[in-house]
Amino acid sequence: MITLDNISLGYGPRILLDNVSASFGQGTLTALLGRNGTGKSTLLRAISTLGRPLSGTIRLCGDSAATLSPMQTARRISFVTTDKVRISNLTCEDVIALGRAPYTNWIGRMQETDRRIVNDALETVGMYDFARKTMDTMSDGECQRIMIARALAQQTPVILLDEPTAFLDLPTRYEVCRLLRRLAHDDGKTILFSTHDLDTAFSECDTIALIDPPHLIVLPVGEMRRSGHIERLFGIGGE
Amino acid sequence: MVRRTKILFAVIGLLIAVLFVIDLAAGSAAIPLGKIFAALTGGECDLATRNIVLKIRLIKAVVAVLAGAALASSGLQMQTLFRNPLAGPYVLGVSSGASLGVALFLLGAPLLGISFSPAMQMIGTAGAAWIGAGAILILIMAFSRRIKDIMVILILGMMIGSAISAVVEILQYLASENALKSFVVWTMGSLGDITASQLQFVAPIILAGLSLSVALIKPLNLLLLGENYARTMGLDIARSRKMLFATTVLLAGTVTAFCGPIGFIGLAVPHLARIIFASADHRILVPASMLTGAAMMLLCDIVSKMLTLPVNTVTALAGIPVVIFVVIRNRNII
Repeated sequence: MITLDNISLGYGPRILLDNVSASFGQGTLTALLGRNGTGKSTLLRAISTLGRPLSGTIRLCGDSAATLSPMQTARRISFVTTDKVRISNLTCEDVIALGRAPYTNWIGRMQETDRRIVNDALETVGMYDFARKTMDTMSDGECQRIMIARALAQQTPVILLDEPTAFLDLPTRYEVCRLLRRLAHDDGKTILFSTHDLDTAFSECDTIALIDPPHLIVLPVGEMRRSGHIERLFGIGGE
Repeated sequence: MVRRTKILFAVIGLLIAVLFVIDLAAGSAAIPLGKIFAALTGGECDLATRNIVLKIRLIKAVVAVLAGAALASSGLQMQTLFRNPLAGPYVLGVSSGASLGVALFLLGAPLLGISFSPAMQMIGTAGAAWIGAGAILILIMAFSRRIKDIMVILILGMMIGSAISAVVEILQYLASENALKSFVVWTMGSLGDITASQLQFVAPIILAGLSLSVALIKPLNLLLLGENYARTMGLDIARSRKMLFATTVLLAGTVTAFCGPIGFIGLAVPHLARIIFASADHRILVPASMLTGAAMMLLCDIVSKMLTLPVNTVTALAGIPVVIFVVIRNRNII
């Protein structure tokens, strides 16, 4: 689903990732780990085509991301960013309906199917009762679910999330991760999310992608746990 | 569309019709409603009254409708584009930019000994306003890419506005008496200076600008979530920005060129529309702002005629309370 072919990332002279190759298959939930400033967001932005790699090719469902139009990309990838969306007068339903943008006409007219998809997305994230509420009156966890529902409404095989569990308390973090896990396993989505939360990452994900500057190590959870990379990079456990 | 929204649109439409007729009736010579209908429909009416209604007041009222819709619509676009509830063509200096363009043209050209035919004068004024408005908008867009703090952008807009006023004052100081007089009248913001032939030039441009803003409804809705989200939902950001830019310049620039700088309509009316229609959806807000803007401008024109004040004094008095309300409430509107 997502393939990185020898990509390098960075800003000007500063190289964050150097000549990295990896792939993330269909139906897997991957946590992207790394210290602050190692390029987690930069990698997610590059995959979503918001940013651009210095070199190398990113493939989305087989096609080079650089050759896709914004509209084609929007049908392959949805992204839950760290941007706060708290607009009064804009209901949860409205926000999720915007996720249908790649499929609606010039003025964004919602068809019956679009409405059904929005309702299904609300149902999936367990926020059906919030449809008519506005996000400026909701908690961080609730807002995060709505933004995930918006990504679902976009009906893309790939979903990226930038620190979806930041600002959430422990039970809510687990809930969000379980939701992502369910989407990957039951609906076959390829999900990649960045996080600083090692516990939920190791307990809920299939794969861990770890930024070990300037490399990217991608291993199944079990192998990653045994590899010792986490202890080395995060300085936990002690030796 | 929900029933409430339909009713509100009908009410505002009706309000515009009523205000339009009152605007025709109000003025230094009060004309009874019966005579206005007679003049409009070609009925029994003396020539002087017919001329006042058709040649002066009708044009003025049409200009008020167009200017109100144009300013409100450009203000709404700027608020969404900059994600700043206090953005508007006047506060961010776009109208000032247009003024500078017009000042350079009206005051500068005679200084250089250039004179134009009336038609060239008209096109030159519009062109100068577009260039001035466009230059300031580019400046503000460049700032807003680097600076995310909306208050800083606002202050920069005001600084730009003040700097331009200073430059314009220098130009006034240097200008001849005749050029100065026409310019000072222009800065007072007047809906009445437009002639029928100018209206034939202005109306299609403003209607084109308004059509463009309707075409930009979907991009504006996506931009509500910010540029990153808009991009990942398939919006061609660069193209949308260019279109929004062109529309704002066309709408705010043209109105400023022919009516002078009219403040606070662009800033306050979109908020009124949000409050009245309780919506953030541009499918509702774009037409709602246009209609509310038209109604507001007609109302301000009526008041300005009754008190014999310049119309931009009245728009400021009407608009500023709305702005203060928005600042104090400080909710996340955009």
